[in-house]
This record gives sequence, structure tokens and C-alpha cells, in this order.
Amino acid sequence: MEQLNQWLAGLLEGNVIFTPQTLAYYWDGLVTTTQLVFLSLLIGLILAVPLAILRGSKHRWIKLPVYFYTYVFRGTPLLVQLYIIYYGVVFVDGIQESFLWPLLREAFYPALIAFTLNTAAYTTEIFHGAIKATSRGEIEAARAYGMSQALTMRRIILPSAFRRALPAYGNEVIFMLHASAIASVVTLMDITGAARFVYARYYAPFEAFIFAAAIYLCLTFAILYLFRYLEKRLLAHLKPLSGN
Amino acid sequence: MLDLQGYGPRLLEGAGVTIQLAVLSLILAVLLGLLTASAKMSRSWLLHRTATLYTTLIRGVPDLVLMMLLFFGGQMGLNLLTDKLYDQFGVDWYIDLNAFVAGVITIGFIFGAYMGETFRGAFMAVDHGQIEAAKAYGMGSWLVFRRIRFPLMMRHALPGLSNNWMVLLKTTALVSVIGLTDMVRVAAEASRATHEPFTFLIPVAVIYLLIASVSEWIFARLQKRYNVGFGEH
Repeated sequence: MEQLNQWLAGLLEGNVIFTPQTLAYYWDGLVTTTQLVFLSLLIGLILAVPLAILRGSKHRWIKLPVYFYTYVFRGTPLLVQLYIIYYGVVFVDGIQESFLWPLLREAFYPALIAFTLNTAAYTTEIFHGAIKATSRGEIEAARAYGMSQALTMRRIILPSAFRRALPAYGNEVIFMLHASAIASVVTLMDITGAARFVYARYYAPFEAFIFAAAIYLCLTFAILYLFRYLEKRLLAHLKPLSGN
Repeated sequence: MLDLQGYGPRLLEGAGVTIQLAVLSLILAVLLGLLTASAKMSRSWLLHRTATLYTTLIRGVPDLVLMMLLFFGGQMGLNLLTDKLYDQFGVDWYIDLNAFVAGVITIGFIFGAYMGETFRGAFMAVDHGQIEAAKAYGMGSWLVFRRIRFPLMMRHALPGLSNNWMVLLKTTALVSVIGLTDMVRVAAEASRATHEPFTFLIPVAVIYLLIASVSEWIFARLQKRYNVGFGEH
């Protein structure tokens, strides 16, 4: 650790803007962004699977509310959703007396709620499309084996739907990473928040924002390669046999 | 009924800004997208590389960060340029980067990259025989583009174009952060001043949904038009 610090100090010698302290801001920002994106994606994913199944239900009163939810959340800007939750949470009856208030008073949790609801809406539609695309033959075969509807869903439809949804879900993950930049608008110190702080402090827009952009670019490529690897593994059976 | 506490006219004005901004950026993005797609398909190594660098970098970085970079950095860059002009040639010239113009340029520049990818795929989907037939009729390359390549390409590009437009429309909300008075900024200001966030932000959300629904209808009609002669797909 001591060596690392010395090495860093040597590297940054004579650098006015990128002092170890500035780098620490960016590092904290990276941690906040990662937490926010990872948690919202995880909770969004957990919400989206049952919602996608309900979205494909035959009953109108089950299908329509889910469709309404995805329509509203996909049709309005995330910034507006964030503002509604961030400014609106105070006005929910009894919230200030509840045990959740210390959490909700900070900007992190309203942002997390907005991001989760937003990504859940997009993911629901992605999964719904993938479930709908299941070939009839697979479902008929499962029925012929005497599987119940729930078992067919669990063993046949969902596993193949997840695989089909993988490329589109990869895009959603990258979209979420980029969308998380607006957390800085509600005072959160994510990567963009750190960049805005550095810009304001040193009046150095190029250095501050290009450095942030480079971090996002690296994260984007990491996600891209992760999904490309997953696709290669999980969709191997769909590759042409004599492909080069 | 809805009591907008005197913010009504400003909110409407803001909606006007949002729509103008979105339409103008769309036009810029389509033009840039066509240029990028042509550059990507060109045989020139330099053009191809430049276009690939542009689309990769833009699509790898959040819109908001690019917007701040171009908006805050743009003014500084312009000042540096005009200072240099003054020092070297004695030209006294000052350009003030208007927030609206900056917004259009930034959003157009960002979505030009997405449009480029959409158009490239669509151009490649055009049957080569059609272009050969047009050439055999003695059409020049501009005429081939105008009469054959472009209309046939649009058929494949429209779904992607419609998708990009919907994302672009929602991206315009970000200009409120860099100081443009669009409807999101008016609503956010009003929410803070009156402590009634729902009164202002929910109507704004409804306006976005309305614009999205109208554009969906327009794109469905366009799709029908460009699909003439191809049957249902």
C-alpha cells in the first residue's frame, strides 16, 4: 500500500488537477455508480421475471396493468421519474414517521427506486418478447410428457427465453450504466457527480469530463465482453456447425 | 381540477422547447447518420476508421457526460479559438454558445452515431440487383441514391429510426440539467417552489407519453407507405 501510494504520487507529480484527492473522488464515484447500477439491475431482474409472465397472461385484468406500467415507464424520461420519486417521497403519507425515512431522506435510495422501476419495465418487455418467441413444438412436447403449466414454464419456457433474451438484456445493462449518470442531478456523487465537482473546482471541463467518459467507456467494454462471453457459452448450440 | 399556480404558460413554452429541440436534433442526427453510414461503407480506410471511432466512442459514454463535455467544454474551446484569431490575425470575434443551439448540436451529434448504425444495416439489406438494374437504366449515382437506394433503405431503417426517435425524445429531458428551459426544468423549478411535485411532474410525463403515442402513429403510417409493393412483413 505504501509503495502504491509512492508510485501514484510520483506519477501525479506536477499535475494540478489529477491529485490523489481528485482520483479519490472519482474512485468513490465509481463505487457509487457500481452499487447503484448493480443493485437496480438485480432487483429489476427479480421483479421482471414474474411481471413478464403476467404480461403474457390470457386474462385482460392481469395483462393490462403490467402493460400500463411498462408503457408509462418506457415512455417517459428517467429524469422525470427520478424527480417524481425524489421530490415526491416526502409527501407520501406517514413516510416521515416510518422506519424507512432515514434511508429515503438520502438521495441514494430514491435514485435506486427510480432506476429499479425503470429497468424492471424494460426488462419485462425484453423477457415478454423472449417468452412469446418460444417455439410451439417445445411447449407441446412438454405437455405430451405430462408437465403441468408451472413445470413447463420453469423447465422449458424460461430457460430458453433467458438465452434468447441475453443479447437484448446486455444492451439494457449498458443502457442502465449510462442512464445512471443522471443520479448526479440529485446531488449523488457518482462518476458524473465527481466529474462535475472537479469541473467546478478547477474550471477544467475537458479534463474532468473526458476522464469520466474514459471510465464509462472501460465499464461499457467490460460489460460488452462479459455478455459476448456469456452468449458464446449459453448460445453455443445455436451456432452454425461449419462456422469459421 | 389541475391548479398549475400560474406556471401553465411557462410549462407550455417549455413543451414547445422540448418539441423543437427534439425535431431539430432528429434532422441533424439523420443527416449525420447518413454521412456516417456512407463513411462506414466506403472503401477509404481513413473514412471507415473515423466513422467507427465516432460510433464506438459516442455509444460507449453516457449522453449526460457528452452533453456536459460539449456544452461546458465547447464554450471554452470556442473562446480559445477566438482568442487565437484575435492574437494572430486581429479578428475581433466572439461567439456565445447559445444553450439551445448547443443542445441541438449535442443531441444530434450523439444520435448521429446511433442513426449511422441503423442506416448502415438498412443500406446493406438493399438487394444489389436493384442497384445494378438502376445503373443499367443509365441512372447516375445521385439518381440511384435518390430514387432507388434511399427509398428501399428506408423500408429497413424505419423500425430502428422510430426506436432512435423515442430514445432521443426522452434524452431531450437532459438539457434541463445544462440550463435550457424545457418543460422538465420548468416542472422541477415549480415543484421546488410550491412543494407540489406531482402537480407539475405528472402532467409533464403525460405530455411525453402523448408525443410518443402520436409519433408511434406517424411511424406506423410511414412504415405502411415504405412497405408498398412488398406485402406484409
